[in-house]
Amino acid sequence: MRLLSALTGLFLMALPAKAAEEIVLGLSQAEVSITTNFDGSEILVYGAVKRETPIPDGAPLEVVVTVSGPSTPVMVRRKERRFGIWVNTDAVEVDRAPSFYAVVTSGPLSEVLKRIEDLRHRISIPRAIRSVGAPMEIENPTKFTEALIRVRTASNLYQVIEDGVKVDEQTLFRAAIALPAALTEGAYDTRIFLTRAGDVVAQYETVIDVRKVGLERWLFKLAHEQAFIYGLLSLFIAITAGWGASAAFGLLRR
Amino acid sequence: MQIYLPIAEVSVNAFLLLGLGGIVGILSGMFGVGGGFLITPLLFFVGIPPAVAVATSTNQIVASSFSALLAHLKRKTVDFRMGWVLLAGGLIGSGLGMIVFNYLKSLGQVDLLVTLCYVIFLGIIGGLMFFESLRAIRRTRKGGRVKRKKHYWVHGLPLKMRFRVSGLYISVIPPVLVGASVGVLSAIMGVGGGFIMVPAMIYLLGMPTKVVIGTSLLQIIFVTAFTTMLHATTNQTVDIVLAVLLLVGGVLGAQVGTRIGVRMQAEQLRILLALLVLAVCGKLALDLLLKPAELYSLGPVTG
Repeated sequence: MRLLSALTGLFLMALPAKAAEEIVLGLSQAEVSITTNFDGSEILVYGAVKRETPIPDGAPLEVVVTVSGPSTPVMVRRKERRFGIWVNTDAVEVDRAPSFYAVVTSGPLSEVLKRIEDLRHRISIPRAIRSVGAPMEIENPTKFTEALIRVRTASNLYQVIEDGVKVDEQTLFRAAIALPAALTEGAYDTRIFLTRAGDVVAQYETVIDVRKVGLERWLFKLAHEQAFIYGLLSLFIAITAGWGASAAFGLLRR
Repeated sequence: MQIYLPIAEVSVNAFLLLGLGGIVGILSGMFGVGGGFLITPLLFFVGIPPAVAVATSTNQIVASSFSALLAHLKRKTVDFRMGWVLLAGGLIGSGLGMIVFNYLKSLGQVDLLVTLCYVIFLGIIGGLMFFESLRAIRRTRKGGRVKRKKHYWVHGLPLKMRFRVSGLYISVIPPVLVGASVGVLSAIMGVGGGFIMVPAMIYLLGMPTKVVIGTSLLQIIFVTAFTTMLHATTNQTVDIVLAVLLLVGGVLGAQVGTRIGVRMQAEQLRILLALLVLAVCGKLALDLLLKPAELYSLGPVTG
């Protein structure tokens, strides 16, 4: 009994040191529904810092928010000139790359986050991508990951927004994250890090559920579970539309 | 008006897709080509993933070809007998084509070979048609009657069959071979094959241009319907919402196109088709020759 209470005491003593500051979080929406007229969505991440002690002195509180879509392997190919024409030559398989990734911070990323913390928590875009098995004969495998980031950044799938998080009185914070229209389904991991002098002092994780609803959901399921019927349905629609247009024009001419 | 496509997983402007479908539909009605060689690259350009673009355009071609075929049926410009013979060859051909395609895929570089196929075939066919029609137009200008050659080497082969609508009495071997080679190419290139079929029927089989278009449409419908089913069941890449938008534009366009086609002379029709084919060929050739803006491309990991 005494042992237990001693242990509990130790535990209680250890805990506050670790979580002197805690995150209380709210999301404008915990679920994103993809409907037929879906045209991107903006999610507001807001929250407060809960603490039992006064605001520590020294470096001010900074906030980093990341939202990451489902990760899949990606094949990155490079074109080269061979016999006068441009052809795909080298290819590198990137083991895991998120379909969407946004990093929103309250200041320049290099200032609010130390390199070592970035490595540990995989926060910046290059860290969020995992590439290990580049073939030996390829000289510059990092160029391929850089290209992946470049291509996805250009289509707004990867975003780094420094100064995107507003922090008030080192206690309240909020950030807006714009999800593009070309969104895939899945669980979008949302992480919030509080940092001081580049060290992560608290973190919080939640999930934003992105899913198709209504007609979109129904068609997607049908296409994958009843592929043959789906195929027949598309042919039926095609034939009917072809006949309908012909009949309508026939009537118009009369 | 933005619309989210459930299978392609992108959001695009609905009117843009209707317009694309309409343009391709007009061409399909005018020339009797399915328009696959046009709509697939156009869909890439709009940002539809290639696999979805290829599969869905086959479904769209079924619709616009069917609409155009009905218009041709009314004017009795379809040679059914020839159509079935070509189709028999076509199905054998697409079976063979699938085997070739999978073999090329296992070697890698399938994209390059498909593009090269396009450039070579479009270039040869477009060029031949262009000069031939130019000559024909010059001859009509001079006042001389254009005569269709009545005797080709194909007339010496056995297994002769009478094709009344086309006014031909020839062996079935050449049409079956034409159908089969078009089948092979369409399986590899992912198109209906009308742009190869139409010239082959005119120049190899000696069919009259007006009958050629309706007959090639008949063949295209079956080949593309078959391909749509293959894509839907094996890859799940047919996007119904995308197809509906394209085909609403497409079927209307096809009706308009058929009416334009009737008003025009066969030589003019051919020279326009030749120019179109050459334009697409030139664009694809430039893509191969010029340095691309982005050397790297992303793709799904297969296998």
